[in-house]
Amino acid sequence: MRVTLFITCFNDTLFPETGIAMTHLLERLGCEVEFPLDQTCCGQMHYNTGYQREALPLIQHFVQVFQEAEVVVSPSASCVGMVREQYPRAAAQFGDVSLAAQVAALLPRVYELSEFLTDVLGVEEVGAYFPHRVTYHPTCHSLRGLHVGERPLRLLRAVRGIDLVELPDAVECCGFGGTFAVKNADTSQAMLADKVRAALETKAEIVCAADNSCLMHIGGALSRQRAGMRVLHLAEILAATEEGV
Amino acid sequence: MGSRERTFQEGARVALANTQLRRNLGKATSTIRAKRARVVGELPDWEALREAGRAIKAHTLLHLDEYLVKLETSVIRAGGQVHWAEDAAEANRIVTELVQAAGAREVVKVKSLTTDEIKLNAALAQAGITVTETDLAELIIQLAGETSSHILVPAIHKNRAEIRAIFRQTIAKEQPLSDQPQDLAAAARAHLRRKFLSASVAISGANFAVAETGTVCVVESEGNGRMCLTLPQTLITVMGIEKVIPTFQDLEVFLQLLPRSSTGERMNPYTSLWTGVTPGDGPQTFHLVLLDNGRTHVLRDEIGRQTLQCIRCSACLNVCPVYARTGGHAYSSVYPGPIGAILTPQLANLERAETLPYASSLCGACYEVCPVKINIPEVLVHLRGQIVRHQGRTLSAEAAAMRWLARQFATRSRYERAQRLGRRAQWPVARHGVITRLPGMLAGWTATRDLLPLPKQTFREWWQQREGKP
Repeated sequence: MRVTLFITCFNDTLFPETGIAMTHLLERLGCEVEFPLDQTCCGQMHYNTGYQREALPLIQHFVQVFQEAEVVVSPSASCVGMVREQYPRAAAQFGDVSLAAQVAALLPRVYELSEFLTDVLGVEEVGAYFPHRVTYHPTCHSLRGLHVGERPLRLLRAVRGIDLVELPDAVECCGFGGTFAVKNADTSQAMLADKVRAALETKAEIVCAADNSCLMHIGGALSRQRAGMRVLHLAEILAATEEGV
Repeated sequence: MGSRERTFQEGARVALANTQLRRNLGKATSTIRAKRARVVGELPDWEALREAGRAIKAHTLLHLDEYLVKLETSVIRAGGQVHWAEDAAEANRIVTELVQAAGAREVVKVKSLTTDEIKLNAALAQAGITVTETDLAELIIQLAGETSSHILVPAIHKNRAEIRAIFRQTIAKEQPLSDQPQDLAAAARAHLRRKFLSASVAISGANFAVAETGTVCVVESEGNGRMCLTLPQTLITVMGIEKVIPTFQDLEVFLQLLPRSSTGERMNPYTSLWTGVTPGDGPQTFHLVLLDNGRTHVLRDEIGRQTLQCIRCSACLNVCPVYARTGGHAYSSVYPGPIGAILTPQLANLERAETLPYASSLCGACYEVCPVKINIPEVLVHLRGQIVRHQGRTLSAEAAAMRWLARQFATRSRYERAQRLGRRAQWPVARHGVITRLPGMLAGWTATRDLLPLPKQTFREWWQQREGKP
């Protein structure tokens, strides 16, 4: 299967390791992977902060870049959520009929990584080996936006050597929320403090999630506290083998 | 915009520093959250009920004009009187005149958000009328001289010891009082019984009003509402115009949705229904005041209007990670939490409360529990859009940064140039490996979180290297 990576501007710029891991993982599973260099940003930050007019050209650009793809797969539940939920709204909001039609045609082919692996490729055991104690944080957009449910956990449970431990109050938001983390920094920090406390309780070595944005938030606090716990994207755990990534 | 009001951020900062408040709120919201989840989980048709609730409300809102006139006709037919109030001032004037016409100097009140919204108690006090709140939590708040911090449990921010202290200073001065719930309730009961027996006028809100029959419905837990609704000679009900429902049978849906969502009970202890007046039984004069106060404005907005479907259950408050930490006072509104973050600014036509739609991480927990399926995150984002448009080309650092970024993201070449620029520009803050301090707007991030510097190679650079092309 020919997979077009929607790596997201965030991962492209800040977390290249996640995209590299995803490329290796998908190729290991027999996919032909391509990465259109014209892709930039899906417009989520602008749209959700209220800069919707500014987001519109980014949305149009995204649709242009990906409209010919067989399937589009992304390591970000929140950017996929943006495309799936907000793109149709944006098209309606700006009365752009042709954009609405293009979005409707593209949407069924856009997947978050765990959805793609379990629903399209039909795999749970992806040949990964990761002998570490890991706790999984279900991000809000994966859980309540995309409704990925147990998919990431099913994938993680099938990883050889993993010691997967449950995160207390897992479904609670970590307090990131995009610009919320800076606009309402105090409240965001209070939410983060509770998430970090729960993560530390697990005595895990690694906090894993399907979104690097939430992980950057949680990881930022773990780093500041010198907590001895780190964060890692789901793709990087699934890509790991006895031979390394 | 009028005089500067307290922002959500300012309110939140005060609340977050209060560790007792944090504990009280955390305990109360997690308890009620678990109760709700348990009783909702019992119903196999919960999703169908939610959809029915949404559909009835959405339909009613689209035909609100017809249903309100029908309600008026039905109430008058049943012996009640109907008054229309465009705004808070008009509603307060109507109610004050009705109390005065009844010759009363004191009134008892059933817990009502709508009368809090219009600040009725203050208006009555100004006219020399003594108001007694009879809901236990409302009474606590009234005695403490505070405002409510939760739609359903207004004193959620108080613990037993704090309530005891308030009672000792007010209604239980001369007697020993423990902080046991039954003792606190007994003290309130002794105080309230005297009021129930002496007041000749009661004021209530309404949970529902049935257009078909003119029946008004109040749902409560304590029975103090029932006392107000049955003992006084005159009953005045103030209700927002969105509370009307078409038929008596529609109550079937809402009386299942509301208690399970709000108190986490299968059924609430007291459901009072009355239709006009009944000679020789209960209040002999009944007035229904229909309040607009910005609601028709909300109705005009295709996306925002779903806000008016709200049945004030408060499930969204209890699951909200923001509310659970800041409490209700940070929202500076009668309507706190996620529903308040969308209702308050809309009722005010975005003239105020512009920080409220940003008081959310868009985590979606509110939408998931809403019994009438109000897509609160959708409305939050919609209102943020209106706020940004409303601010127009005002020069703020945020708007400038957002517009600059949008331009960089527009094409590959500009985007890649911005990536390279970022890598060079980060040197002053990133030279020690981890970014611990950022300037301006971003300082909020680094106050408690580190940031990793931009890596030496972007994903796209790795990809191009691998593909062996520039």
